[in-house]
Amino acid sequence: MELRTTPVRLSAIVVLVLVCMGAFIAAQTDSQPPIKIGFMVPLSGGNAQNGRDILNGFMMYLDEIGYRAGGRRIDLIVEDDEAIPAVGLTKARKLIERDEVHVMAGALLSSTGYALAPYITSMKIPMVYPVVSADDLTQRRRSEWIVRTGWSGSQPNHAFGEYAYRTLGIRSVVTVALDYAFGWESVGGFERTFAAQGGRIRQKIWVPISVHDFAPYLAQIPRDVDAVYALLLGRSALQFMRQYQEFGLKGRVKLIGGGTTTDEHVLPFMGDEAIGTITALHYSAALDTPANKTFAETYRARYKKVPSYYSESMYTGGKWLIAAINAIDGRVEDRQALVKALKRVKPEGLPRGPVELDEYGNPIENVYIRRVDRVNGQLQNTVIDTFPRVSQFWTFAPADYLREPLYAR
Amino acid sequence: MAERSAQRAWRLPLVVLLAVFLLVSPPFLSAYWVGLLTQVVILGILAMSLDLLIGYTGLPSLGHAGFFGVAAYGVGVLSTTYHAGFWASVAGGFLVGTGLAALFGLIVSHVRDVYFLMITMALGMVLWGLSFRWIPVTGGDNGISGIPRLEALVGLPASGPIPFYYVALAVFTMCAGLMTLLVKSPFGLTLQGIREHEPRMRSLGFNTWLHGYLSYVSAGAFASIAGIMWAYYNGFVSPTYLDLTASSELFLMVTLGGPATLVGPVIGAGAIVILKNVMSAYTARWLLILGIIYIVTILWAPQGLWNLGQRRSG
Repeated sequence: MELRTTPVRLSAIVVLVLVCMGAFIAAQTDSQPPIKIGFMVPLSGGNAQNGRDILNGFMMYLDEIGYRAGGRRIDLIVEDDEAIPAVGLTKARKLIERDEVHVMAGALLSSTGYALAPYITSMKIPMVYPVVSADDLTQRRRSEWIVRTGWSGSQPNHAFGEYAYRTLGIRSVVTVALDYAFGWESVGGFERTFAAQGGRIRQKIWVPISVHDFAPYLAQIPRDVDAVYALLLGRSALQFMRQYQEFGLKGRVKLIGGGTTTDEHVLPFMGDEAIGTITALHYSAALDTPANKTFAETYRARYKKVPSYYSESMYTGGKWLIAAINAIDGRVEDRQALVKALKRVKPEGLPRGPVELDEYGNPIENVYIRRVDRVNGQLQNTVIDTFPRVSQFWTFAPADYLREPLYAR
Repeated sequence: MAERSAQRAWRLPLVVLLAVFLLVSPPFLSAYWVGLLTQVVILGILAMSLDLLIGYTGLPSLGHAGFFGVAAYGVGVLSTTYHAGFWASVAGGFLVGTGLAALFGLIVSHVRDVYFLMITMALGMVLWGLSFRWIPVTGGDNGISGIPRLEALVGLPASGPIPFYYVALAVFTMCAGLMTLLVKSPFGLTLQGIREHEPRMRSLGFNTWLHGYLSYVSAGAFASIAGIMWAYYNGFVSPTYLDLTASSELFLMVTLGGPATLVGPVIGAGAIVILKNVMSAYTARWLLILGIIYIVTILWAPQGLWNLGQRRSG
């Protein structure tokens, strides 16, 4: 074979050399090694969609800032925790001990959150929990290394219990909720403030997480209650809505519930049966603020779907984390300083509205009362009322609150 | 006999090599790999204990992770809810696991083969259900976290993963030694006799029920030891450690490595732990790879890796 330097080949070589030099120069300007962020959510199995939403929100924010913070490049290392606590723990070990990440973020399920907490604490790695809502993580079993930018399960429900009695005029309720910690804490929070007003929970129906058919549960609901409170998510929420209508309950017994029941991760798949359902959460994709409009439109353009509260969670969580990294000029090796910065910073312009952390590491944030409406042909969670600056302790004194046991069945 | 020992000639150097590796390598490995090795030796104890049942007695149990999990829960509950001391927690975990094996043994040791498989599976599911729903004690889905670290409890000189690894290795060696003695003893030979031909053993005057029962209980006892170690290693127990997936994964370790060898299951445990952790970091399809390995093993080494090149006995 004859080797000749043709113009094409020559220019190719020149380009190659330039690219190499460019990369070399770019590498030189990055005098500091990158900041490594370990991130994990379920990316396979039944909760994969929620996990994907969380990751999407995070990547969207990291793209906005060009994967740079505090003058350093950001390396995002993503792991799939399969929604199994034991796997989550294994993956956390991998991220911290093998990849040597500086900071961790993620987790979806409360059980994974609880499993990670002691390990994270023993390794002294700052971690952001954007979604895990188990009350005790920032109450009786809190860790100084974990900062929650999401919410606690009972937090919006304290506000909602009062709202249901006072504004909606509901006096008696049957609850239908998933039978695990998230369900118990949501119903527990609702019951506490609702009963304090004088309302009565007639019956609590617990359905297994793997529920397929709501017929046996719907048949138990007495028709003379004022409302049914539903706390479901994913497939179970879709199934429940359909069967609630089929059983002739829609229109006869008002449907209210926890925010996940009509969250945007399931709302686009619902039909007219969902219209009129009133729920409470710290976010709605239909929230009418400039910050949220920009967020929702960008998200929709990028991922071709409506942002759910999961999507927003790690957009805000990411913003929080980056604000903290910037506050310490990128010196993430000083973990103590990073975790302090995480507790101190107060990023502005968050889609869900103003957020600040209480001294227990849980956000104080607005709780929105949302009603499902059809607007321009699409279902949305229209915000009909706002409880500003709601704490995880509602109006109770934290010390008194913490003396009482955690909400359980 | 000469032919047989020739077939086995490759085994001894390999065992020595593995033993030396387990003993010498940790100081040269990163914390992450020491952690993985710790998992291997703990799950190795568990896999060997199941081998007593599957390999030596011919009782295929699909609920064996239950004893492991119950002992781990025993440690978890005692050391967190009741703030019991180290030895009290260990004793408690051991007694709960072994006691349960003694109880379940009464139910299961009357049946054999597929019926044994079904009943042990059902009992395993019961234990899982209990751990999931007995919330005041087990914390349900959230599990029990915050089990104190072993280093702090017994005052190990140095912190970090290496001292704990050597404790686990010592326990592993002890258990492996005891189990080897067990299977080489007249009792162990009787178990193998039952595996080969139970009616004949019975006609020879052996109480095969009692032998099966004792084999089940001792397997449960060793599984409990593994569970206790696991609780201290992990600092966390949840229902996933004793569900059907855990039991079948354990079953896989034994069959992959080679039943009735004791060494084989340890290799199986090692293979699965490494695959699970290392492969899953590169691909989300690691289960597919594990499946392929399993199929290949069935086709070319149906008696498990450690029985490779050996003619099917019995």
